[in-house]
Amino acid sequence: MDDSSIDAAQALADPVRRRLYEYVAASGEVSRVQAADALGIQRTLAAHHLDRLADAGLLEVSRRKVSGREGPGSGRPAKLYRRSGRELSLHLPPRDYELAAHVLAEAVERHGAEEALYAAAREEGRRIGAEHRDEPLAELLRARGYEPGEGPGDDTGDGGVRLRNCPFHTLARTFPPLACGLNLELLRGVLEGRGEDRGRARMDARPDRCCVVISKNNEH
Amino acid sequence: MNATPSSRHHLAQINVGVLKAPLSAPSMAGFASRIEPVNALADKAPGFVWRLVEEGEGDATGLRPFGDALLINYSVWEDVESLWNFTYRSEHLELLRDRREWFDRVKEAHLALWWVPSGTIPTVEEAGRRLDLLREHGPTPGAFTLRTSFPPPADHAPHA
Repeated sequence: MDDSSIDAAQALADPVRRRLYEYVAASGEVSRVQAADALGIQRTLAAHHLDRLADAGLLEVSRRKVSGREGPGSGRPAKLYRRSGRELSLHLPPRDYELAAHVLAEAVERHGAEEALYAAAREEGRRIGAEHRDEPLAELLRARGYEPGEGPGDDTGDGGVRLRNCPFHTLARTFPPLACGLNLELLRGVLEGRGEDRGRARMDARPDRCCVVISKNNEH
Repeated sequence: MNATPSSRHHLAQINVGVLKAPLSAPSMAGFASRIEPVNALADKAPGFVWRLVEEGEGDATGLRPFGDALLINYSVWEDVESLWNFTYRSEHLELLRDRREWFDRVKEAHLALWWVPSGTIPTVEEAGRRLDLLREHGPTPGAFTLRTSFPPPADHAPHA
């Protein structure tokens, strides 16, 4: 466990900062003014907390001129905040499930055992879905870390929803077809377990998004 | 991704697949029908530079420089990220997920990457040599993989 993880966790212990972090994570990229307005706090306070989150490595800062204002006198570029790509995990006592996952994935690939993996993922999904039948699907997805998107860039064009976060990110980076296949079957299983149409989950990979899209209820 | 974009170098990519049956076989229809749309997707993918196409054809499926059963896919990209995004973050991923239906599993490496000076297209023989190099030595700067990539050769900085 390194000091920077402790520091990052500590930065999130403040409730205002946690709300700010969640707001930025859900919004993509925001300015201080947007963040302050969204939370109903003073801009200087928002700025202070946003910078603290950036110092802790939880947010990334970029500077861009606000559109519409150019040339001399248009002012300094605005500071924009977005969630950083850095992963924070705190396991006490120390655990390394990620390393185990990578080794298992390598073995599945070497053995060509994808079908068995997908079948197991489907069954696990059904179990999760059956357990959470009465919960709204969006809530369930949120609780599992998928972050179903609500922004304009998250609409698939046919009323479906993109998932902003991949809960298996580092695995999907190293073993894309395998991890994304597992994810698709897991989500299809979840839908089945809830008594819904498994076909609502389909693969539609895009950069910086989960590989799966959930289509709207097919009520004809 | 540990390779940063370089304007002086582009990334060459060769991959080979052992077909389970001739492309005209009914069992291969799922693959054959997706060749054209996926190639079209590659052509307009960000960072796409070039792909091997048989003269007078729309793709390279008729070219079998390494044997009749070996389908080759040979292309050049601006950087590792653009190739990665096309390979794994587009409709191409779906094709990869189903690859076992149409291609035999091969133990050796089937995809090799290497850096080429921008504006040059290496020969197919060169691509074959890079694949051999990867199979013999594992990932090195001369022949590597998407999972273990290397940055482009250092651009010589102009004197200040």
